[in-house]
Amino acid sequence: MEHYNMNLTLKVWRQKNKDDRGQFETYQVKNISSEMSFLEMFDVLNEELIREGRDPITFDHDCREGICGACSMYIDGRPHGPWEANTTCQLHMRAYKDGDTIVVEPWRAKAFPVIKDLMVDRSAFDRIIQAGGYISVNTGNAVDANAMPIEKDKADLAFANAACIGCGACVASCKNSSAMLFLSAKVSHLALLPQGDPERKDRALNMVAQLDKEGFGGCTNTGACEAVCPKEISISNIARLNSEYLRAGLTVDK
Amino acid sequence: MLNSKIPAGPLDNKWTDYKGHCKLVNPANKRHIEIIIVGTGLAGASAAAALGELGYKVKTFCFQDSPRRAHSIAAQGGINAAKNYQNDGDSTFRLFYDTVKGGDYRAREGNVHRLAEVSANIIDQCVAQGVPFAREYGGLLSNRSFGGTQVQRTFYAAGQTGQQLLIGAYQAQERQIALGNVTQYSRHEMLDIVKIDGKARGIIARNLVTGELERHFGHAVLLCTGGYGNVFYLSTNAMGSNVTAAWKAHVKGAFFGNPCYTQIHPTCIPVSGDHQSKLTLMSESLRNDGRIWVPKKQGDSRKASEIPEDERDYYLERRYPAFGNLVPRDVASRAAKERCDAGYGVGTSKQAVYLDYADAIDRYGKIECRKLGINNPDADTIRKQGMAVVKAKYGNLFDMYEKITGENPYEIPMRIYPAVHYTMGGLWVDYELMTTVPGLYCLGEANFSDHGANRLGASALMQGLADGYFVIPYTIGNYLADDIRTKPIPTTDPAFEAAEKEVRERIETLMKIKGKQTVESFHKRLGKIMWDKCGMARNEKGLQEAIVEIQQLRKEFWSDVRIPGDIKEMNPELDKANRVADFIELGELMCKDALNRRESCGGHFREESQTEEGEAMRDDENFQYVAAWEFKAVSNWELHKEELKFEVAKPTQRSYK
Repeated sequence: MEHYNMNLTLKVWRQKNKDDRGQFETYQVKNISSEMSFLEMFDVLNEELIREGRDPITFDHDCREGICGACSMYIDGRPHGPWEANTTCQLHMRAYKDGDTIVVEPWRAKAFPVIKDLMVDRSAFDRIIQAGGYISVNTGNAVDANAMPIEKDKADLAFANAACIGCGACVASCKNSSAMLFLSAKVSHLALLPQGDPERKDRALNMVAQLDKEGFGGCTNTGACEAVCPKEISISNIARLNSEYLRAGLTVDK
Repeated sequence: MLNSKIPAGPLDNKWTDYKGHCKLVNPANKRHIEIIIVGTGLAGASAAAALGELGYKVKTFCFQDSPRRAHSIAAQGGINAAKNYQNDGDSTFRLFYDTVKGGDYRAREGNVHRLAEVSANIIDQCVAQGVPFAREYGGLLSNRSFGGTQVQRTFYAAGQTGQQLLIGAYQAQERQIALGNVTQYSRHEMLDIVKIDGKARGIIARNLVTGELERHFGHAVLLCTGGYGNVFYLSTNAMGSNVTAAWKAHVKGAFFGNPCYTQIHPTCIPVSGDHQSKLTLMSESLRNDGRIWVPKKQGDSRKASEIPEDERDYYLERRYPAFGNLVPRDVASRAAKERCDAGYGVGTSKQAVYLDYADAIDRYGKIECRKLGINNPDADTIRKQGMAVVKAKYGNLFDMYEKITGENPYEIPMRIYPAVHYTMGGLWVDYELMTTVPGLYCLGEANFSDHGANRLGASALMQGLADGYFVIPYTIGNYLADDIRTKPIPTTDPAFEAAEKEVRERIETLMKIKGKQTVESFHKRLGKIMWDKCGMARNEKGLQEAIVEIQQLRKEFWSDVRIPGDIKEMNPELDKANRVADFIELGELMCKDALNRRESCGGHFREESQTEEGEAMRDDENFQYVAAWEFKAVSNWELHKEELKFEVAKPTQRSYK
């Protein structure tokens, strides 16, 4: 792989706190190596800002290996930037060339208020899980792990949905700011497994109710969420969620 | 004076016996008892769920924006359990034995046996929660091998086992939040322990969004805050992983056990330049099928594909025929370093070795062709079939490698090099997981207890969940049973006030320095000292130099660090400064501990103590003890020794040949 250096123009959303109106600011960054990650490029810029006595840019990040779901930059109109099935922290600078201008914004959704600059509050996702995104089994109650064989295909599909990292890219990409892909991934993960069966009706109803309460929009099947999901969660989960929800609504007996 | 409180009696009865006799707290009293848990990774989240289920009032704290992001999530390979589902000779005893041996006879027998005993319950519990482990076509659970063992006892979920286990524990914790038993405080950092009458009674936490300091009372405090590998700046840890909570506890009286025991993981993506902010691990499970090699010729600059088979040195297979590429991590890391230091390294930096999948692709391809009834398949067909199998097993890891390096590992062998990964050292705890401060517990990677001087692969997840789900629910009751008459102490108590004042003044001092150098630049310099002089190989001279350099660095930090912004706002630079200040103090203690331990054991390799073949040489006569350090003042510690007794697993020179 050939490496090269580049100079770039960054237009970054700056917002002091949730009450501030916010605005774009323009920065020039020089000698960025194509081997750097996108966030390392921000590290370089921040070090420079600190040395110049200016306020560095605040953004969420932690594991920097694409699994914790903390990073959340809206890059040139797309969550997590131009690469497919990717998180911001795994985007590398070889995606860009010398002279490029890059626009970076936070996730924008009513249910994800901005805390500062590119950092938003995603605690709504935790509250959606609290509404039923679990199997009620107290520690110590479990039977032998192999007592219940589970069809491999179903287990694999449950895993594919459980791979959601809760980053919120689906919400950020959606014109309605809908969280249906996130929610449907969790409902599908648990509904596909026999362990999740006893609670599946309440789960679907309660989690959807919480979703509405948090102020996320409705789903109009545009498919933007699936296109940007770093873990390639399938939009067919939303259909599964709808059928779970309908079935629960028609048959729930309380 | 150090009492490890290991129950008397035969090894395999100790835990059963303990559970049968420990004190209990009745349900009506549990409702009035408050427990603080700091950190929400596997240990913290599982403890929160289990204690919430029991009816205690629990408060959980994490610095991330959600408990689901704790760094346990990044564990890739798997979790061990002595289920013997594969009928290959596994048992509780073998898991115990492998772990004690793998830890180079520097762990406690009692703790490790308990860990092996509860390992099977963990898998049951996780499956019941809906953790989607890998399965075979018959619907039963699948296993694979990991380093340092000769059985298949590792349960896994592709290369995302940590993620799946953490989401399971997180969901169990969220369920307790919904039920009102647990209250969660995200984006909060613990900055001090509050002690009243010698007991831990609460914490001072900083709300990272507003910068406000908060006081929280608890009858007991659990630290589940992970390891301190970021003292090296570059490690496989998350950017936010830090030692602060454990360090504050240490300064307040909790002894620090074996701080020098660091695990350097053999298979990480090599450093690419000065901009590097962290290192990425490639799961140890890759060593199941991949073969590690370097050219036989020094300084060979040909491409891997141009080096013929007989000019390749599969050095692990050569040196350790019994375990081959599956030797434990410490052995594999040192062997890679040895080859690179001797001038056989590959890639532009020459600080890398190859991890090659060509043979595995060929082997799997042939098996698939047989399964599909393809007779006399051509090379392309074999390759295509083999690649599909490798993709199914390791696809996400290969994708990650390609994203970072821009190279396709299906075509070109991966370049790997050892990197700091895990810390076996941590707060000293007794059998009940209590530190030397009464009422202050430490669980998971943050404590020192179960892995000795080297942790085997797939054992960290096991220990975190063992501590949280199955150990602390019993041992904490034994302490709290005597505390049922203690009413919640108001946080207006002078002890809370004093602790908060101390924290506030330290933050103000940091902000007032207004020097020239960034926090990051100090962290990088500390990391370089640690890696060069307290890294994969250590010697007396280097360690003595490192101590002086770190002391100097500390002075410089406290007189010249520059922190932008204000206290009462979201200020990640300030958060980082607090953490780096603690890392600097820890770094000095690590070097001091490494200097004191004039033997090689596990991940701690003292150059003065090696066999003629360059293997680590223990000195059981003089160093068969846990070094537990008591903080006296800055740069001043007192060493306490806990002698280790081996009644069942008799120490031998570890051999994987």
